[in-house]
This record gives sequence, structure tokens and C-alpha cells, in this order.
Amino acid sequence: MPLRTRYELKLGMATREAFGRALVELGRENPDIMAVDADLSKSTFTYLFAKEFPDRFVSCGIAEANMVGVAAGLASHGKIPFAASFSCFLLNKAFEQLRVTVAYPNLNVKIVGTHSGISIGEDGPSQMSVEEISLACSLPGFVVLAPADEVATRALVRAAAEHVGPVFIRTGRPRAPIVYSAGQRFEIGKAIEVVEGGDVTIIANGLMVAEAIRAAEMLDAEGISARVLDMHTVKPLDREAIRKAAAETGAIVVAEEHLVDSGTGVRVAQAVAELHPCAMEFVGIQNTYAESGPPEALLEKYGLTAPHIAVAARKALARKRGG
Amino acid sequence: MQTRKSLEELQAIARQIRRHIIEMTGAAKSGHPGGSLSAVEILVTLYFGGVLRYDPKRPDWPERDRFILSKGHAAPVLYAVLAECGYEAAPRELLKTLRKLGSPYQGHPDKRFLPVLEASTGSLGQGLSLAMGMGFAARLNGNPSRTYVLLGDGEIQEGQIWEAAMFGAYHKIDNVTAIVDYNKMQLDGFIKDVMELEPLVPKWQAFGWHVLEVDGHSIPALQAAFTLAREVRGRPTVIIAHTVKGKGVSFMENNPKFHGVAPTPEEVELALKELA
Repeated sequence: MPLRTRYELKLGMATREAFGRALVELGRENPDIMAVDADLSKSTFTYLFAKEFPDRFVSCGIAEANMVGVAAGLASHGKIPFAASFSCFLLNKAFEQLRVTVAYPNLNVKIVGTHSGISIGEDGPSQMSVEEISLACSLPGFVVLAPADEVATRALVRAAAEHVGPVFIRTGRPRAPIVYSAGQRFEIGKAIEVVEGGDVTIIANGLMVAEAIRAAEMLDAEGISARVLDMHTVKPLDREAIRKAAAETGAIVVAEEHLVDSGTGVRVAQAVAELHPCAMEFVGIQNTYAESGPPEALLEKYGLTAPHIAVAARKALARKRGG
Repeated sequence: MQTRKSLEELQAIARQIRRHIIEMTGAAKSGHPGGSLSAVEILVTLYFGGVLRYDPKRPDWPERDRFILSKGHAAPVLYAVLAECGYEAAPRELLKTLRKLGSPYQGHPDKRFLPVLEASTGSLGQGLSLAMGMGFAARLNGNPSRTYVLLGDGEIQEGQIWEAAMFGAYHKIDNVTAIVDYNKMQLDGFIKDVMELEPLVPKWQAFGWHVLEVDGHSIPALQAAFTLAREVRGRPTVIIAHTVKGKGVSFMENNPKFHGVAPTPEEVELALKELA
């Protein structure tokens, strides 16, 4: 029996806010948890942590490179720093520091990018982040997480704190539809089958999980049974879930709010090529920068909504059946 | 912990470190002897002159002082010093494997191969930020550990240094001491011909730092500066150490060629004679 009937997809809080709240909870349990921020604490919601733990909040000013180095220094003394900023500034401006000061010595630093993807909306492309999955995955030893909703974020922020080693968590600006019930368990590296299905698999993360569920419902009305996998961990990938999806459904669509040629899709395709080649389609941002506009309108214009995912699923399915 | 050493003993150690640098880079046939030689007295003062608190037998001692070689290309001087300190992970007999496959003495400091290092460095401009995080955490933990970070003069052309400088003054990170190895040269030539740093002292002062200027080859002057730095509260200290690139070997001194070129076997022989 498909699980999807259980979901109503009510709008929850933004994943960035869920991060900020989860960090406060962790802070109460573990005095080594710290927050590091670069003048965006009201946007990243680390201000909640700052209010409760002013001594463990490190204000860096608008200086992301230094912020990452400071976080590395804190980690060297046994602290568990969460350094937060907009994804685009953190990953792009401080990439070199993430590489040499964090990834290379494999320090226990947690990097949280907010306002990811194009769904930040009206601020436009200079503030949007459509390449950070690619950047974060290119750092050896990094765990890369992209939670779908507030439940996933809360659980994965906790998992990140417990994991020893560098982690990047991708969160978003707008309120996110609630995909999970409160008791859902999350494990780094373990994809979650949110909808059962046997004809085609839609692999998604972040905001695209909700869109994938809606797409599965659209396909269901046509008699197509679509499986939806939440690939909340982009690195390390759940290769077994991917192999099973390829073997059992024979057609895979990957949907992501990221440049299509350098994100989750290409990583999944690599696993599919190695483990069980099958028909694949990719939904993502096509070799361009987006523009200002309301998030929903942007997602629609740039091809990141359920109908677009359904089109891709039908294509993949046709190739599977034709081949 | 070290026993108090006389100036003569410290100078003898400095000569020994210089011999190691020449032999290491000579054997490696590559590396950065010039900026290693300019920093010898700075590191000898830190490690043997009663400044750093450390115990080679307990490299993980939480209260040890930290040293970060932000100018990571001067790795030979740090390796030679750690070997002379007697760290088990840094054997003297392996110094000549510098830059060889599998050596603990990688081209630039790499904690994976030499775990007693406090930082992996080599990409310039990053060590001061790391030191700031260490200083902040130590203070929060009530840990008396102090952090020392050696910056190259060319290195402080990097913008991140000044981000970290602002941070240090704002957060009153007074348990960090930075040292600038001011040898006035960088890879492409003299600092003044590449990107002038002067007026350097007012720059650091304007960023809110306690600034000291010393002869970076005078061990007593360095000792006095480190003592003063330790006593200053409420702001970090930077010691501008005036040095000579290639110091101690006549034909290497102030010679830009030896920024990133190793001495030939003949030059090694000549240099070792001068350092006997």
C-alpha cells in the first residue's frame, strides 16, 4: 500500500528556522556546541542560539573566510562549531578555507548553508546558491546533507553534531511542506522511501521531495506507480537504495534545486552506471542563473515543480519500455 | 618542559637548525630555504627559549601552547625544530626524507603525516583565523593554552589576514601572539616592488593590535617581546620581526633566488662550512 496517502503536505517552517531551533536544543544538551555567524544571524536563525548562549556565539562580521578558519580553530580545541551563512557566500567565498583549513585536516566543523537554491526568491541570483552541492561534495571527507522539511532538518542537524568530521547542511529560505511525521528516523547515508512504487523512481532532496511526492500522485492518476526516494544525504550516497531502485523500477528521475550538471543527479548517475545502468532523466537548473521573483513562480519558470518532474518520469519510463 | 638554556646554547641550536634546513632542502632538491632560514631564531626562541609550554612526550596535552606555521612553505625550519625537540613522531634521522613519498616531512605541513603539527598549512593567509578560533576556544574552556602563529610578510597581503586581525581585536583574543617574519622579500622579489606593506606598524595598530618591533635574529629581543606579549590584556599582540631572508649563509642572504630553490650539492657544502 503506497505511503503517500498519509501525506497532506502542510506547510511547515523553513528548514533554516528548523536548523536554528535544533541548534538551541543541542546547545542545551552539549556545552561544546557553538554557533559561528557572519552578520546573518537573523536570517540563519543562529540568533536564537546567540540569545540563549551568548558566550558560545561567535560573531565574525561579514568575513566568511575568517569565519571558517575561526570555526576550524574552535574545533581544534574540541568544540563543535556550526558556522552558518547563506549557502552562496559560505561555499563560494570560503571554499578555499573549507578545503585547506577544514577538509584537509578533517576537522569536526559543521557548515550550514541557508537560502539555498533559487527559492530565496526576490533577492535574485547574487544571493542564490545553485552550485554548493557540487562544491561541498568535492571536499574529501565531507558529509553533505539536504533535508526536505523541518522534521528532517531537526534530525539531521542532530546527526551532524553526533558525526565526527566535517558536515555541510543545505537549508532553504521559504517555508517547506512537511513531508515527515514527527517520529521519522534519519540516518546519515540512508535514503528514505517516502512513496512506494514499481514503475519509475524519483530521487529528490530538499524542497524537491515535496514536489516529487506531488508528481507521484499525478502519475498515479495515470496508472504509473512512482517510487520516491529522499536522498537527504548526497555524500555518502545510499548506493544500495539506488541499486535497488534501478533494478526494481528500471527508470530513475533525479530532481534537485541545483545546477543539473553538477549536483545530486550526476552523483546518482555515476552510481547507476556502476551498479545497474537504466533509463535516467534529470530535473534541475539548466546552465543559467535565475532571476528575482516569488519562489513558487521561480520554481515553475525554471522547471522545478511536480508537473516537470512528471514529464521527466514519463520520458524515462517510455525509454525503459521502448528499450 | 625545557630547562632554561643560555644564549650560547640557543645560538648553537639555531646553527644546528640551519644545518638541517640546508641538508634537508639540498637532499630534497626543492623547497624554500630562504624563508626557513629567516625564521630560525623565532622558532628557536619559541621552542627552546622558554616561551612555548609543551611536552614532546605528551603531544596531546590539552594545555600545551599551540604553534601554527601559517607560512607553510617554511616547513623545513619547523620540521628541524620538532625533531630537535624530541617528538617521537618527528625523527631526526628522517629529516632528509623531506618531500619524499610517504615522509612525515611533506612539502608543506600536513597533519595527516605528522600528527604533532597543530595545523596543516600551505595556502597563505589562513593561519591567523585558525589561531583566533583556538584562542577563543581556549578562553571559553578556561584553558591557559596560548597560540602562536608565524606569518610571512608577503602572506599578509592576503585579505583574510585582515579579517582575522579585526576579529582578534574585537573579541579581545589576548592569548594569541602573531609574529611577522619581515624579511622584506617574496617569491617575485622585494616586497616593495611587488606589493608594499609599509607603513606596517600603524596598519596593525589601526586594527587594534598591540604591536612590537624587534630584530628577528636577536634571541634576547624575541624573548623580551614574547614576555611583553604574554602580559598584555584585552588585545592580541603582533611582533614585527625584522629578519634577513636566507640568514646565516652568505650567498643566500637577501637573494630572491633562494625563496623557492634548493641549494645545489656544492652550495650545500659551502653553506655547511659557514655554519660549522
